[in-house]
Amino acid sequence: MIINDSLLKYDEKAIFALRDLYSKYGFTQYKMSKFEEYDLYVKNKDFLVSDSVITFNDTNGKLMALKPDVTLSIIKNTKDIKGFVQKFYYNENVYRVSQKTKTFKEIMQVGLECIGDIDEYCIAEVLALAARSLVTFSEEAVLDISHLGILSEIFDYASLSEADRDIAMKLIGEKNIHEIEKLLNDKGVSEDRVKEIKAVLSAYGDSDTVLATLKRSCIFKSGSKTLKDFENVINAVKLCDLGRILRIDFSVTGDIKYYNGIVFRGFISGIPSSVLSGGQYDKLMKKMQKKSGAIGFAVYLDMLERYLTSPKKCDVDTVIVYDEATSLELLNNTVEAYAKKGSVCVQRCIPEKFTYKTLVKISNGEVNILENDA
Amino acid sequence: MKTMLNVALPKGRLGEKVYAMFEKAGFECPSIKEQNRKLIFENEEVGVRYFWVKPSDVAIYVERGAADIGVAGKDILLEYEPNVYELLDLDIGKCRMAVAAKNDFRDDPSRTLRVATKFSNIARSYYASLDRDIDIIHLNGSIEIAPILDLSDVIVDIVETGTTLKENQLEVFETIVPISARLISNKSSFKFKNQQIEKIVGEISAQLGK
Repeated sequence: MIINDSLLKYDEKAIFALRDLYSKYGFTQYKMSKFEEYDLYVKNKDFLVSDSVITFNDTNGKLMALKPDVTLSIIKNTKDIKGFVQKFYYNENVYRVSQKTKTFKEIMQVGLECIGDIDEYCIAEVLALAARSLVTFSEEAVLDISHLGILSEIFDYASLSEADRDIAMKLIGEKNIHEIEKLLNDKGVSEDRVKEIKAVLSAYGDSDTVLATLKRSCIFKSGSKTLKDFENVINAVKLCDLGRILRIDFSVTGDIKYYNGIVFRGFISGIPSSVLSGGQYDKLMKKMQKKSGAIGFAVYLDMLERYLTSPKKCDVDTVIVYDEATSLELLNNTVEAYAKKGSVCVQRCIPEKFTYKTLVKISNGEVNILENDA
Repeated sequence: MKTMLNVALPKGRLGEKVYAMFEKAGFECPSIKEQNRKLIFENEEVGVRYFWVKPSDVAIYVERGAADIGVAGKDILLEYEPNVYELLDLDIGKCRMAVAAKNDFRDDPSRTLRVATKFSNIARSYYASLDRDIDIIHLNGSIEIAPILDLSDVIVDIVETGTTLKENQLEVFETIVPISARLISNKSSFKFKNQQIEKIVGEISAQLGK
């Protein structure tokens, strides 16, 4: 079978490219049904991007849902195998409420999950694959990485209560340093500590610069294992020659009920919101009675087509218009000749607003090229 | 050619004050001061393009990437919760989001409270934090007349000086949150136009003595 890849849409090509990338690193495709029992989502509602789910009753009366998420289904179907990491990738449609339009949307999502004994290499491999996924689309990409363990140490340093941590986490996600300062002042955190915390939270940029800021900070002076692990992972990704797109950014956060450790988000120049999002979710695994650790990410393809491709300039390369006197043989020969050069559409007349590069008119057995913008 | 930084400014007096801050920060665009009906102004030399938009729309322009940065009131950010970074409190356009009611209003917690407001999300979150059952009446303007005509028990609205409330025999019962203008940034633009954005934040912070 020969495929003319010029006919593939951008997101279709992207799916092939990502599947090829993930397969190379030993990830196998996880194919799943469009439906899942609603119960799975009710129990883990906060994990979902939006808590609205499209539901329906199956013929046996069971309440089912159109999948709003892929990760939960994969976790549900994996087994804990000691010393082994199960590596899956998927490309599936998910159905969720768009934060922008507040209506349900079908979103094509490609992603991967590693479930099992997750070590530093595994985390670095997933981060490298996330970075490579972005570079597949554009060299002008950024992978922002954060660590919830480090944020947790910052909260400990400020002795924040659980409720205040939730508020602080939201503010960190907004890079809202002025309101974090106000919160810390209101909670009686000393001026020196507020200054230290502000310096760390506002640090943004290449990993070397930010790691140097972190190491200088009093918050981690006593030797933080979390910071050491974070540095090891970042250095491992840099060994893959991907350091140029890595940034450390603590505004990448996640729900601490589900996520722990590394969290990350990917951006591409020209696309206004993140196109990739992922992290370690050992806490979700525990919540779902699994002993394994897990890390994964999803790539959102819906934005790529709109921002990385230009709209089609015309509907077809050539339109062939023929009259009643045209023999089938002449028509066929003309069509075949133009089909070798590009797309051809045969019509008796041209509909309004139909656009083309070349117009071929067959009239009284004669072939005339009437308009040629090619 | 310099990468252009797109800045959405709120139309009106607040926007003019904000532009003055940007100008002082080295991002001047003299054509913006010309008296005409143009909405977009640019200075290629400095690498900045300004556009005037309705204040409540600034966050949408920034969230969707049509503008890299912009200035929006905290009220709009709390109401619409756009997915943007809030980089700086500009300490201008100061007012407060408050609960107001008729001077003789006495709250009866055994009854559902009728709340008229333009800011349904803020009102809903505020009363949810108090575990109070409310009936939201969403209005688009002249909120003050709602309690007078017994359409609502209270209103949730922006209060600047309190003069309008006073003239309508209303008074503030609770302040929900202080409001001021905030410098916001599109999340992706922050990554790819980081130097320009950080420069503006740094310069304006210095102007504000922060």
